[in-house]
Amino acid sequence: MSPEQAPSVDLKDGFPRRIPGEAPALLARNVSKIFGTTKVLDDVTLAVMPGEVHGLLGANGSGKSTFIKTIAGLHDPEPGAELILYGQGAPLPMPAGGARRLGISFVHQHLALMPSLTVLENMLLNDLAVEQNFNIRWGKAKKQVAETFERFDIKIDPMTRVQDLAQSDRALIAICRAFEEVRLNAGAGRGILILDEPTPFLPKSGVDQLFSLVRSVVADGASVILVAHDIDEIREITDRATILRDGKLAGTVVSEQASHEDFIELIVGEKVTMFQSARTPDHSKPIAASVRKLRASPAENVSFDIREGEILGLTGLIGSGFDRVPEAIFGAQKDSDGTLEIGGQSFALNAMSPGKAMGQGVAFLPADRLGRAGIGTLSIAENMILPVMGDFRNLLGIDWGKINTHVFDMGRKYDIRPNRPYQDLKSLSGGNAQKVLMAKWLQTLPKLLMLDEPTQGVDVGARQKLFQAIDEASRKGSAVLVASTDAEQLAQICHRVLVFAKGQIVTELTGADITKDNISQETLRAHGTQTEPKQEVA
Amino acid sequence: MTAENTNMTAATPPKRQINWASIAESYALVAALMVLFFIFAALLPTTFFTWPNVSTMLGSQAVLVFLTLALIIPLTSGDFDLSVAATLTISAMTVAVLNARLGMPLPVAIIAALGVGAIVGAVNAFFILFFRIPSLIVTLGIGTFLNGLTLWMSNSATIGGIDFALIMAVVGTRLFGIPLAFYYAIAMAAIIWYVFGYTAMGRRLLFVGRGREVARLSGIQVDKVRFFSLLSASVISSIAGVVYAGTIGAADPNSGNTFLLPAFAAAFLGATAITPGRFNPIGSVVAVYFIVIGITGLTMLGIQSFVQNLFYGGSLVLAVALSQLARKREEQQVG
Repeated sequence: MSPEQAPSVDLKDGFPRRIPGEAPALLARNVSKIFGTTKVLDDVTLAVMPGEVHGLLGANGSGKSTFIKTIAGLHDPEPGAELILYGQGAPLPMPAGGARRLGISFVHQHLALMPSLTVLENMLLNDLAVEQNFNIRWGKAKKQVAETFERFDIKIDPMTRVQDLAQSDRALIAICRAFEEVRLNAGAGRGILILDEPTPFLPKSGVDQLFSLVRSVVADGASVILVAHDIDEIREITDRATILRDGKLAGTVVSEQASHEDFIELIVGEKVTMFQSARTPDHSKPIAASVRKLRASPAENVSFDIREGEILGLTGLIGSGFDRVPEAIFGAQKDSDGTLEIGGQSFALNAMSPGKAMGQGVAFLPADRLGRAGIGTLSIAENMILPVMGDFRNLLGIDWGKINTHVFDMGRKYDIRPNRPYQDLKSLSGGNAQKVLMAKWLQTLPKLLMLDEPTQGVDVGARQKLFQAIDEASRKGSAVLVASTDAEQLAQICHRVLVFAKGQIVTELTGADITKDNISQETLRAHGTQTEPKQEVA
Repeated sequence: MTAENTNMTAATPPKRQINWASIAESYALVAALMVLFFIFAALLPTTFFTWPNVSTMLGSQAVLVFLTLALIIPLTSGDFDLSVAATLTISAMTVAVLNARLGMPLPVAIIAALGVGAIVGAVNAFFILFFRIPSLIVTLGIGTFLNGLTLWMSNSATIGGIDFALIMAVVGTRLFGIPLAFYYAIAMAAIIWYVFGYTAMGRRLLFVGRGREVARLSGIQVDKVRFFSLLSASVISSIAGVVYAGTIGAADPNSGNTFLLPAFAAAFLGATAITPGRFNPIGSVVAVYFIVIGITGLTMLGIQSFVQNLFYGGSLVLAVALSQLARKREEQQVG
């Protein structure tokens, strides 16, 4: 937002107004929601002004998704809730499709794109889905989409298939599509675009692109609600932010006046000590594992050593190949090559398998929590116990009583909430599910623990718990490999960071050089990308 | 690998609270079975509610119990086996051809029949795992292929004259007034119950079924698990075939195939009971007898035989719908 537009705060209701007397684009009042006996939303109020980018933050389980879903009409709020758009009352509970007709559109994390269809077809998806359209004029549609892309300075060929695009381009398309919908339904210069965590899978350059798109959306007069976890991103892009905690309104702040710590305090409800590792690897410790000439496209000729007790970060832009390294070491993908030396033995990676790797004390926690790491429809205990089942055998077979006790103890140790071993994994928040899956591998006391994006979509409080667990494992002698695009996280836990570009290790950061800014800069520099954020689109 | 020691002994895990709704759900099918039984008992006191009828139901439908148990193994590990009924039929026919027509001793004929089952399982697994073809397609094709083979083997005729010893061992001998076949089926269910719940093998089966990628990345040899799961399904189907030959004292090339749908219905209906949401042997046994009571009672009431298909087909779809409902309800996620 440019300074000349700085709104004045209205003393009567506290809304920052650019034009005196203007009504908020969206005002939701007294929104409550009860599931069973739990009040997941308790009298929440949110006001978003025209042309404002408004952040919505909160820990997992704080009620932000429920709030968004209530506006979308997926949940019915408790009686008494009000929704006012540009000074006019809107129905709550929201009827199906009502939000869209009122000019409110949503982009969810999964983006709702069809990977096998072209960009053009995806842009038209909503029209095709609801309209009875017998005579689609593809030429005209293509021209329209091209014009839209032109307006937002998006350089994507409408005829490419979505599956061939980078994640950041996909996000741009989804947002572009939603915004076109807003313009169509609300009229020019009005409407609300709600982005529900669109950034966690994006590299920094992707986030910048996305933000410049958001800026052109609000420059047009529409408003944006951005749900996100990353406080720095919220501070960069939003005008104001509303923080929810345990279903209640924790506060609304003017983003540029609030510090990182202020945000965390509002989210968690108390001062959080950010975990920080000593950043000093112990060079006297023996080498735990050596990787030589690892190849797993696009990673090529990657060699490094990792010492016992060392926490080594691997990072780079998406597509730089760093995230393929743990997969290849674990034998999780077939087309890889190279050798792994561990425990005095040498293993060819093209003949590696997860079972063999586990036999050597290697553990791997994939990023895709409920797709590759754990099974949502099975219980906490069943998920956690899988690699150590042999320890719970008695004469009669598996001893479920003993398992229950063990899993409960692990739950206390790693602060899993709720600590109910028989509860399904999918009923837990992202952070707690991750604690379960981390415990699954930590209990095996691995020699080499490999983590892929270990805190993706995990709130700031749960993150510190996970970092402590990782640190504790390293103190016990585990070598830990963390593959992540999250520079802040790497700066918090790593002893050493390897930055990848085009499949190669290009930079090594150690000691005091491991800072969030350094990691981000090196990541971009390595790719020859501009470090300056992209110029705003006028 | 050792489990990590924790020095926290102060708190003990909470006992699972008694949740009456979930208990009601777990035993709803058992209750329904009893209600159905007593309705027919009241309507037909002289025919249905007699010991000979009850014991015949228990004994003669042991075949269906075996076949349902065969099905739930690959269903648990995430594969469909549509060839179980055809495997049953060809196994029964193998016993009949070898024993009655070629005069081989009964044990040889039985072992050969089980061997046929093992081969079918291995062939299914080969096409599913090596060529990565969906199990539904492979077993549909193999099942039809086996039907053809059975018709060819038997010249499309029923073959009788199987060694009487088999009949005696299956339905001829009674223990507490119930044919032995029933006890065989219960023993099979008990074995599977133990394997599913109390062995690492059973856990692996479940993990492979619920998430192949998760299982693979947890060090489970997914293909091996699926292979043995398909193999055991076919071998148990063969046992069902042998029991079937013993139950009717002959083998015909067609009637075994009609067991496919009731077995699926029982497997899915059984998954709504005892441990809802999971294929389980005890639920399967209850489901089989629920279906059997329904069919027997309706038939005795003089309702025409088309009602069988109404009952089988209806209960399959209803069972799946019920289990889907149970799953939906769990999805209430907060946050």
